[in-house]
Amino acid sequence: MSPRTPGADLPEHPDALWRNPEPKRSYDVVIVGGGGHGLATAHYLAKNHGITDVAVLEKGWLAGGNMARNTTIIRSNYLWDESSAIYEHALKLWEGLEEDLGYPILFSQRGVLNLAHTLQDVRDSVRRVEANKLNGVDAEWLEPDEVRKVCPIVNTSTEIRYPVLGATYQPRAGIAKHDYVAWGFARRADQAGIDLVQDCEVTGFTTDGDRVTGVQTTRGTIGAGTVALCAAGHTSVLTDMLGIRVPIQSHPLQALVSELLEPVHPTVVMSNAVHVYVSQAHKGELVMGAGVDSYNGYGQRGAFHVIERQMAAAVELFPVFARAHLLRTWAGIVDTSPDASPIVGRTAYDNLYLNCGWGTGGFKATPGIGWALAHTIAHGEPHPTVAPFGLDRFVTGALVDEHGAAAVAH
Amino acid sequence: MQLIPCPWCGPREEAEFSYGGQAHVPYPDSPAELSDEEWAHYVFFRANPKGRFAERWNHGAGCRRWFNAIRDTATYRFERVYRLDDPKPGVTELARSREEGTAP
Amino acid sequence: MTSPFRTPEGGRIDRATTVEFTFDGETLTGHPGDTLASALLASGRHRVATSVRLGRPRGVAAAWAEDPGGLVQIEEPFPEPMLLATTVELHDGLAAHGLPGQGRLADVPDSARYDAVHHHVDVLVVGAGPAGLAAALTAARAGARVALVDEQSEAGGSLLSGTERLDDAPALQWVAAAVAELAGHPDVLHLQRTTAFGSYDDGFVLALERRTDHLGAAAPKHVSRQRVWRIRARSIVVATGAHERPVVFADNDRPGTMLAGAARTFLHRYGVLPGREAVVFTTNDSAYDAALDLSRAGVRVQAVVDARPEGSPRRGECEHAGLRVLSGAVVTGTRGTERVTHALVAPFADGQVGASTAIGCDLLLVSGGWNPAVHLFSQARGRLRYDEVLGAFLPGEELDGLAVAGSAAGVFDLAGCLADGQRVARAALSALAVPPAADDRLPAAPAPVVPAAPVVLWRVPDTSGAEGTTSFVDLQRDATVADIVRAVGAGLRSLEHVKRYTTIGTAHDQGKTSGVLTSGIVAELLGVPVQDTGTTTFRPPYTPVAFAALAGRDRGRLFDPERVTALHEWHVAAGAVFEDVGQWKRPRYYPQPGEDMAAAVLRECAAARTGVGILDGSTLGKIDVQGPDAAVLLDRLYTNLMSSLKVGSVRYGVMCGVDGMVIDDGTVLRLAEDRFLVLTTTGGAATVLDWMEEWVQTEWPDLRVHCTSVTEQWVTFPVVGPRSRDVVGSLFPDVDVSTEAFPFMTWRDTALEGVPVRLARISFSGELAYEVYVNPWYAVAVWERLLEAGRPHGITPYGTETMHVLRAEKGYPIIGQDTDGTVTPHDLGMAWAVSKKKPDFIGKRSFTRPANADPLRKQLVGLLPVDRQTVLPEGSQIVEFRADGELPPPPVPMLGHVTSSYRSAELARPFALALVKGGRERIGDTVHVPVGGTLVPVEVTGAVLVDPEGARRDG
Repeated sequence: MSPRTPGADLPEHPDALWRNPEPKRSYDVVIVGGGGHGLATAHYLAKNHGITDVAVLEKGWLAGGNMARNTTIIRSNYLWDESSAIYEHALKLWEGLEEDLGYPILFSQRGVLNLAHTLQDVRDSVRRVEANKLNGVDAEWLEPDEVRKVCPIVNTSTEIRYPVLGATYQPRAGIAKHDYVAWGFARRADQAGIDLVQDCEVTGFTTDGDRVTGVQTTRGTIGAGTVALCAAGHTSVLTDMLGIRVPIQSHPLQALVSELLEPVHPTVVMSNAVHVYVSQAHKGELVMGAGVDSYNGYGQRGAFHVIERQMAAAVELFPVFARAHLLRTWAGIVDTSPDASPIVGRTAYDNLYLNCGWGTGGFKATPGIGWALAHTIAHGEPHPTVAPFGLDRFVTGALVDEHGAAAVAH
Repeated sequence: MQLIPCPWCGPREEAEFSYGGQAHVPYPDSPAELSDEEWAHYVFFRANPKGRFAERWNHGAGCRRWFNAIRDTATYRFERVYRLDDPKPGVTELARSREEGTAP
Repeated sequence: MTSPFRTPEGGRIDRATTVEFTFDGETLTGHPGDTLASALLASGRHRVATSVRLGRPRGVAAAWAEDPGGLVQIEEPFPEPMLLATTVELHDGLAAHGLPGQGRLADVPDSARYDAVHHHVDVLVVGAGPAGLAAALTAARAGARVALVDEQSEAGGSLLSGTERLDDAPALQWVAAAVAELAGHPDVLHLQRTTAFGSYDDGFVLALERRTDHLGAAAPKHVSRQRVWRIRARSIVVATGAHERPVVFADNDRPGTMLAGAARTFLHRYGVLPGREAVVFTTNDSAYDAALDLSRAGVRVQAVVDARPEGSPRRGECEHAGLRVLSGAVVTGTRGTERVTHALVAPFADGQVGASTAIGCDLLLVSGGWNPAVHLFSQARGRLRYDEVLGAFLPGEELDGLAVAGSAAGVFDLAGCLADGQRVARAALSALAVPPAADDRLPAAPAPVVPAAPVVLWRVPDTSGAEGTTSFVDLQRDATVADIVRAVGAGLRSLEHVKRYTTIGTAHDQGKTSGVLTSGIVAELLGVPVQDTGTTTFRPPYTPVAFAALAGRDRGRLFDPERVTALHEWHVAAGAVFEDVGQWKRPRYYPQPGEDMAAAVLRECAAARTGVGILDGSTLGKIDVQGPDAAVLLDRLYTNLMSSLKVGSVRYGVMCGVDGMVIDDGTVLRLAEDRFLVLTTTGGAATVLDWMEEWVQTEWPDLRVHCTSVTEQWVTFPVVGPRSRDVVGSLFPDVDVSTEAFPFMTWRDTALEGVPVRLARISFSGELAYEVYVNPWYAVAVWERLLEAGRPHGITPYGTETMHVLRAEKGYPIIGQDTDGTVTPHDLGMAWAVSKKKPDFIGKRSFTRPANADPLRKQLVGLLPVDRQTVLPEGSQIVEFRADGELPPPPVPMLGHVTSSYRSAELARPFALALVKGGRERIGDTVHVPVGGTLVPVEVTGAVLVDPEGARRDG
C-alpha cells in the first residue's frame, strides 16, 4: 500500500455503523470492554469461528478509552521472539485489514525510526535489528546521514545535548486512524449479529464453583458461557471482584496534538533518551506522546510538567517544531506489567480469559490480539502467539522482559 | 502538577517526589520458606485499585524521606499522609479527618 | 492603502501613527492598537481564508479567540503557522496570508527566547473585565497577594467593546483608575497579553504571556518573546466572560457573517465599521445594542430579525432610531460569493419557516445567545449544568479554591458582574481568613434593563434545498448539520462519537463556537435533554500555545544538565573525544594527530598492558555508608558477604533486585568497623543510593546506618599497568607500595603536600593498578603530578573505550552493557560472589525459581572470530553453526547476542563477550554470527581471555 499524503481529506464514515441493542439475558460469549481489543475479538469470533452469540459490554462509549487516546503507532520490531511474533502477526493483519473490514482505516506504512543517542542505545538497537531480521521482521540500522534521508527534519547535528548516533528503521511500520479502526471492527461485529452494548458497566460477576456464569451490569445481569476481559487499565477493577490477582498497575499516559500543518514529517520518529514519539497524522496535525506519569491513576489526566518536558524534547530533536502550537492534551490509562509485556490467557476460572498489561503496545496489537483471543476462546487453549504471555510466567520467572532491551516500549 | 503534603517539609511540587507504589507490603520474614507463587506475589503483584489507595512516596528532591499516603487514584486527591511507622489509617478515621478539615 | 471602513474618530487605536503590513501580498495600513483582523476589516476586506475541505471563502466572524473564520499564516517577522487574525496585534512590517486549512512551519530555527516563571499568590484573577477587576480590587484592597491576568492588550474586557458608563462617566475611566490602583499595591502582579490556558490541581494555573509579538521587528532581542507563568494560587477567580453563540442556517459561513457582539467590538474598540448595510439576526436582546450602535455610527441597519414571536422590549428603541424589527422571523440563508450580499429572511413560528425574502446587506450579524467561558472551571474538573433558559452550560458546582464570576457564571449585566466579582473575591478572602478592606467601594452602574427571555435556537430549518449541507456548525472543519444528521443516523448516540464522526470541535478553536451548538443539535435529533447529551471534555490548553514556549529554556545545552569531572578542561585541552554516559561527559579516547579511534585505543591499551596508563574514573558513584549497622545493611543488599571484610580491605560485590537480576556491581572499601565506601557504576550512582535509602527507611528502620553520596567529593584516577608501582611509589614515597605491604584489594591513606590522598589496590584491567582518590579541588594538581611522575614510563591517559577493552579482555562485565535486566550473577559466572552462608539477601529467593534452573539460560562467554579479523558489531545475534555457511529462511532460532566487542592489542585479534544460551556448555564450539549478510564463524571461549591465572595483578 502506498503511503497516503498527509493533508489529504479524511474519508467519510459509512451511513450505518451499528445498532444500539438492548442486552439479551445471556450470550455464549461476553466480552467486557468495547475498546479496540474487545471489538477485534468480537469480529474474529464471528469471522474465524462462526461464534456470533456474543455481547461486547462497554461502560462508556465504544472505543472511548485508550483506543481513542493513543498515538496510533504500529510496528513489530520488538526484541524478544515472543514479542515480535505477536506484534508481527498483528502487523500482517494490519496489512490486509482495510479490505477485511471494508473500512478506510488509513493504515499508512510510512516507517518508524527509533533513534539512538548513546553508545548503549546503539548496541541495543543493533541487537534488536539483528533479532528482527532473523525473525523475518523488516528492520534496518541507519547511520545519522541515512536517518536524515528518511526524515530530513530530525536534528542530526553533533552539537545537540544528545546527538543522534543512528536509528533503527522498520519500513513496514506506520500509523492508522484509530477511530476508523475501532469502528471498522465494530461495524463488522454488528453486521455479524454481535450485540455492542454501550453505557453498560460491569459491577460484578456471578460464579458457580470454578466457572463464571454471568456478569452483573448497570443494565441488568447477563448470563455468559465464556467471559473475556478486555478492559485494559480497568482490568484490576474487574479481577478484584473475582478475587483474582493480576500484576498490572494503571498509570496516566498523556498525548497531544498540534494544529494542521503542511506535510513536514514523513515518517514516525521515536526516541528513548530524548523522550519523543511523533508522527504527522493524515490531516496534518503532529501527534505526540509524552512520558508516563509515575503514579497509579485512573483519572485520564496527568501533570503538565510532563508535557513541558515533552515539548522541550520535541523542539530539541525537531527545531522546526518551535512555533507549532499545542492544541489539545489528553491522557489515557496504561496498564503496565512487570516485564512490559502483555498478560493473556487463562485464569483460575475455567471459562474466564484475561487480556491486559499491554502498556503502550495495545493499539498496534489490535488485530493480532483480537485474532488470538478469539482463537483462545473458541478452542479453550491459548493461541500460539499468546501462549508465552500467561500469568504463570511471574511464578516461574520466565518473563518476556522488554524493558532493558527494547529501548522504547511504545 | 499537584502539591503533595510531605509530612516532613509541608506541601511541595509533585515534581520533587517519586512514587513507590503500594504501601504496607512488608518484605517476607522468611523468603526461603515461601512457595514460588507466594514469592511471585511479593515480587510482582501489587494492588491497583480505582479509588482509595495506601501507597508510598519519596520526597527525593527535598528531605529524601519516604512516607505513606492515602490517595484516591480516580481523583488523585491526597486524603492523608503519614509516617512509615504510623499505622494505616482506618476508613472511619479518614472520614473523621475529612469532616474536621484536617485532611491535607 | 486606504481604510474606507475606518470611523472618523473613536476606538482604542493610535490614529496618530500609521503602520504598514502586507496581507496576501497586498500592502495595507492600520494603527497601533489594531489587530490584523480589524485592520483588514477597516480596509474593507472580510474574506481572510479558504476552508479546509470545501474551499469556501471564510472571513472574520468574531473579534477574539472564538473566531472560527480568520485563520492566517504569519510570514514576517518570523513564520508562524495558523493564528487567528483577530488575535494578532498589528505592527509595522507584519506579513501574513490567509490559510487554506494547514499552517506552515519555518524551515529555519526559531532564534527567539522563551522562558518560564513560577509565581505564588493568595488570589489569582483570570480576566480583567468588570467582574475580574472588581475581584482583583477587592482582594488587593484587603492586602492579599494577587495576580490578575488577561489575554487582551489592555484591561477592560467587555467594556472595551461598548459604551457603558460607571459613576456617570465612561466605564473605561474606571478601568484606568482600577488599573492604576492595582499598580499601587506592591503585592499585585497585573499581566495583560497573558492567557491562562490551563488549570490543574491545587490551584495551579499556567498562563502564557506574549511579551514582544506586538512590537514586531522592534522587539528587543534580550527579552523573551513569550513567557509561561506557572502560578500557584490559594484561590482562583475565573472571570473569563462569555463567547457569543451563532445560530446555524444555510450558507452561514459567507464572509460578512459575524457575531453581533464582535461588530460592536470592531466599532468601539478599533473604530471600524464591519459593513455599510447590516441585517441583525438574534434570539435575544444583546444584539439590539449592536444594531443601535452600528446604526448610530452610520451603518444602514436594514432589519433586526428576532426569532422570538413577541420580539423584544427594545423594539421601540430601534423603531425610534428608524430600524425595522421583524419579530417571529429568522435568517434562512445568505447570497453572495466572496461576501454576503443578501440575507434571506423568513417568518418563523412553531418551528416552521415561511417563505423567505432577500434583504440586501454586506454584513449579517448573528446572536444565538452567550456561552459562558467555563473552560478553566471544567479543566479543574468542575461539573457543568445545562441552563434551559440561556441555552448554555454553566458551572454546576462549587469547587474548593476556584470560583467563577461574572459572565463566565452566567451573569450578563454590568452591575451584576461587578457585584459578582466582589462577592466571589470576598468569599475567597474569607476562606483564606483575610478580612475585606473597610473601603471596598465599587462604582455605580446604571440599573440594568431587564432583558426579555431569549429563545434557544440552534439551527434554522434548511429550506434552501441543500439539506443542511451548507449549514455550518464547525466552520474550521467544514462540518455541517447534515454531517451531524448522518452521524446520528449511523447509530451514534454519544457526543464523543458524533465529534469523531464529523470532526466537529477538533480544529484550531477546539469547538469554542461549535461545541454547544453540536450538543443542542444532537439532543434535538435524538429527542433527549441537552443536559443528557452534555459537552465533550474541555482539555488544556484554552488557546493554542507554541511548542517552544513550553520548552522554555530547556533546550540545547540546557536540555539536560551536563556533568563534567574536575579534569574536564584538561581533557578538552588534551583533545579527548567525549562520550555521553548518563548525564556525564566522559573522555572516550585521546587521539593523537593522524589517529582514528581504533589506532588510539590500541595505543592506549598497549600502554596500560605493558607500561602505565591513567584514567579519569571520577564519575564512578561513591556512597559513604556509616553506622553501627552498616555491615548488616550491605550484607542484605549485596549477594556476597561484606561484614567479614576487614578494615583496610576492599571487596568486589554484586547487587540484585528482588527478582534476582543483577542491578549493579562495584567495589566496597571498609574504612572502619562502622564505615564503608561503596563504589557503584557511573550510571548506577543515584539508583543505588535510592535503593539503599528505600530499604533502610521502609523496611529496616531499626538499622543504625546512614548513606550519603560522595560521588562529587572524590575524584578517582586509576593508575594502571606494570609500571604503575613505580609511578605511585615515586609520588607517594611514604607509602610502601610493594605487594607485601600493600596487597591487592586493600587501601591506604596518605597525603601529598598535606593534601589527603587515598590509594586503593583495585584493578578493572587485570593489571597491577592503584586507584588514587583525592578531593576534587586538587584534581588537576594531583593528575598532573601523576603524569609528571609517569613521564619516564610513558604514562598514557586513556578513555572509556580502552577501559572497556581492558576489562573485557578479563571478562569483567559492564552492568547495563553485558547485562540487560534479565541476567543473574550465576549467568555472569559469578556464583563465587553469591554467598551460600547468608540465610537471605535481596534477590536470593528468586534464584530458586524454575526459570533460574533452566540449562538454556544465557550465560556470559567469550567469542573469538575464527578469521582473526572481524570485529563483531556489538548487538550482533548468534545462531547455530551452519555447515553450508548459509542463513536459513526466518525465523532463525537465536542463541544469544554479542554484548561487547573490541580489537585486542594483547591478543592481536578481535574478541567479544556474549550472552549465549547454555554458553558455558558450549565452550569450544563454533557458532555463527550473521554480519552484514554473511555468517562469521566464531569460537565460544571462556569470558577471561587475558591472564586467566590473574598473575599480572601484582605486577
